[in-house]
Amino acid sequence: MNTLTEEIQKPEILHLADRPNANALEHEAIYIIREVAAQFERPVLLFSGGKDSITLVRLAQKAFWPAKIPFPLMHIDTGHNFPETIEFRDKLVEELGVELIVRNVQDSIDQGKVIEETGKYASRNMLQTTTLLDAIEEFKFDACIGGARRDEEKARAKERIFSVRDDFGQWDEKNQRPELFDMLNGEIENGQNVRVFPISNWTELDVWSYIQKENIEIPSIYFAHLRNIFLRDGLIWSAEDDVVFRADDEIVEEQMVRFRTVGDMSCTAAVASHANTIEKVVAEIRESKISERGARIDDKRSEAAMEKRKQQGYF
Amino acid sequence: MEVLKIATAGSVDDGKSTLIGRLLYDTKSLTEDKLEAIEKTSKQKGYDYLDFSLATDGLVAEREQGITIDVAHIYFSTASKSYIIADTPGHVEYTRNMVTGASTSQAAIILIDARKGVVEQTNRHFFINNLLRVKEVIVAVNKMDLVDFSEEKYNAIKADFEQLMSKRDYAEQKITFIPVSALKGDNVVDKSQNTPWYNGETILEHLEGLDLAAVSNVGTPRFPVQYVVRPKTEEFHDFRGFTGKVYGGELSVGDEVVVLPSMTRSKIKNIYFYDTEYQTAPRRSSVTITLEDEVNVSRGDMLVKVGDLPTIDKQLTATVSWMDTDNMITGGKYIVQHGINKVLAKVDAIEHKIHPDYSGIDESSTSLEMNDIAKVRLKLNRPIFYDRFKNHRTNGSFIIIDSRTNNTAGVGFIS
Repeated sequence: MNTLTEEIQKPEILHLADRPNANALEHEAIYIIREVAAQFERPVLLFSGGKDSITLVRLAQKAFWPAKIPFPLMHIDTGHNFPETIEFRDKLVEELGVELIVRNVQDSIDQGKVIEETGKYASRNMLQTTTLLDAIEEFKFDACIGGARRDEEKARAKERIFSVRDDFGQWDEKNQRPELFDMLNGEIENGQNVRVFPISNWTELDVWSYIQKENIEIPSIYFAHLRNIFLRDGLIWSAEDDVVFRADDEIVEEQMVRFRTVGDMSCTAAVASHANTIEKVVAEIRESKISERGARIDDKRSEAAMEKRKQQGYF
Repeated sequence: MEVLKIATAGSVDDGKSTLIGRLLYDTKSLTEDKLEAIEKTSKQKGYDYLDFSLATDGLVAEREQGITIDVAHIYFSTASKSYIIADTPGHVEYTRNMVTGASTSQAAIILIDARKGVVEQTNRHFFINNLLRVKEVIVAVNKMDLVDFSEEKYNAIKADFEQLMSKRDYAEQKITFIPVSALKGDNVVDKSQNTPWYNGETILEHLEGLDLAAVSNVGTPRFPVQYVVRPKTEEFHDFRGFTGKVYGGELSVGDEVVVLPSMTRSKIKNIYFYDTEYQTAPRRSSVTITLEDEVNVSRGDMLVKVGDLPTIDKQLTATVSWMDTDNMITGGKYIVQHGINKVLAKVDAIEHKIHPDYSGIDESSTSLEMNDIAKVRLKLNRPIFYDRFKNHRTNGSFIIIDSRTNNTAGVGFIS
């Protein structure tokens, strides 16, 4: 254990505005996270193991230092996660000394609450919603902090920072509370909950630059690596596990790839890449001509795929 | 990275979405897949041009009806700045959405159709930007291609708008006129060959040149305490950190402060950002402050510098912009959220409605409908610590919550 004086860093820079990483979005996010801790009784941080939720965890650490993060993390586990993500999650939670709640989509399937999709495009991504809503009810969470960003997808661009969900977890997109200045209205009725998005105003590049500047550790699958893959509909699918359905005529080959977004294995495509360091990843994102969710198979289902999922209570 | 938030204002067919699309397109911020989706849908609809509004209208109903329902946020960046545009619709809930968009913006773009010139809507757009004290306003005279890039036409519109400027109560506001064609790309990102008579900047050049410190409204430092950090661990067992965001000005170690409402005096001992100590915290930074003395401070309290006290009062008069379908009524009870501080409030009197187009006031109102703006007197159950909105954008504003529905029903700007 360090003593107080050892732990606190004395700056070479006296004025906080002169910090080389000075970032208005970071101050905004920390403010939002503190509002959650103050306005709600049972908040939780939804943690997927992806870069956005890892960034959220760092922001929460900053918001409450030198105290621990005053709410648990919760992972809705589809059972189809990349093993690297789970390994990373467990290590991070141990370092932070915070509680981790895991609820499994498999349990919802076993209980007959949801039915597993079948066929070529089967994914457990949609099924997560039921498991999430059950967990919210089980723990009586009144605020769920998530890493969604408005630049990700156009239905998300309409999302509030404090977004009220009814008893059924539903998003009423046409009847949202206006958000003025910095004031966040967290008043809700019993049974309702608020989804909170502290990095609403960050872009993909903002997140990657932040990870780089803050030297934040992320799962290895974000960096270029050799992987067995196959091609379908112009996207690169992982062929390392039997989670993803593969037809006999879909030929497996080895390729240098990385993941730009990490969701469920069944709905996340890889991108061809040689970027094996954070610097190279940031440079690649900067140059990229394809949007982040261009590699999300779940969004390709229809133009309104995200809006529909959100109305049903998705993240 | 500097972040500039911009609100846009325009009537239905002024080309607002086209302008935003043009900014995205010319700064290469539209990725190939998004552009392909826009091309595909534009073609399906039988357009012979790219309908950039498809990039911003995110909801099914919006795409079906070809309208924008709600404030959308659009992001793009250049080498020097990140931009966030709040795109607000020009339909029924217009005032409500524009006030919302402008409240978080440091700059605004008002669009005028060069064929129509300054219209009644333009008065409203400018009125709201004045009310919200948006410091930097760009007046984009759009569709110049449809008036043959006529300098005379442009100058006539500029003169009309300058007439309007004489009515505002905000002399520090800076206004810049730019002739553009969003559809063709003239003077949006690249300089136009069609306006040789115009020597000024393009819209993007102007935005790039803005000094963020200069477009911000600066006042006296206010530090509302959001949350008290007490780690209670062995090595930090005496640590009591007051977290919050610094507004108005900066705070430094050694500053003598007063804690409101207890009026206890102390001195700032440390300023932390995460695990590092700093001498000074700039405005809008989220920091943790410790004090020299053991004083009782909790959420909702405010630290201010000695000699810089705000008004501490249980009543106030404010310009209220009403945003709810349920009317505000004289005698009605609401929750007032001033920053992070919540108090109960009663509507003492609706003094008069204000026509949001500089055409005067209406003194015979007892209730406010959605999109109404009025001078309202409120009584509070506890004192709050406020400044006039004119002097402090953050500490001079509040929201009104309807306690029956929990909706954010209105916003107030303290007189």
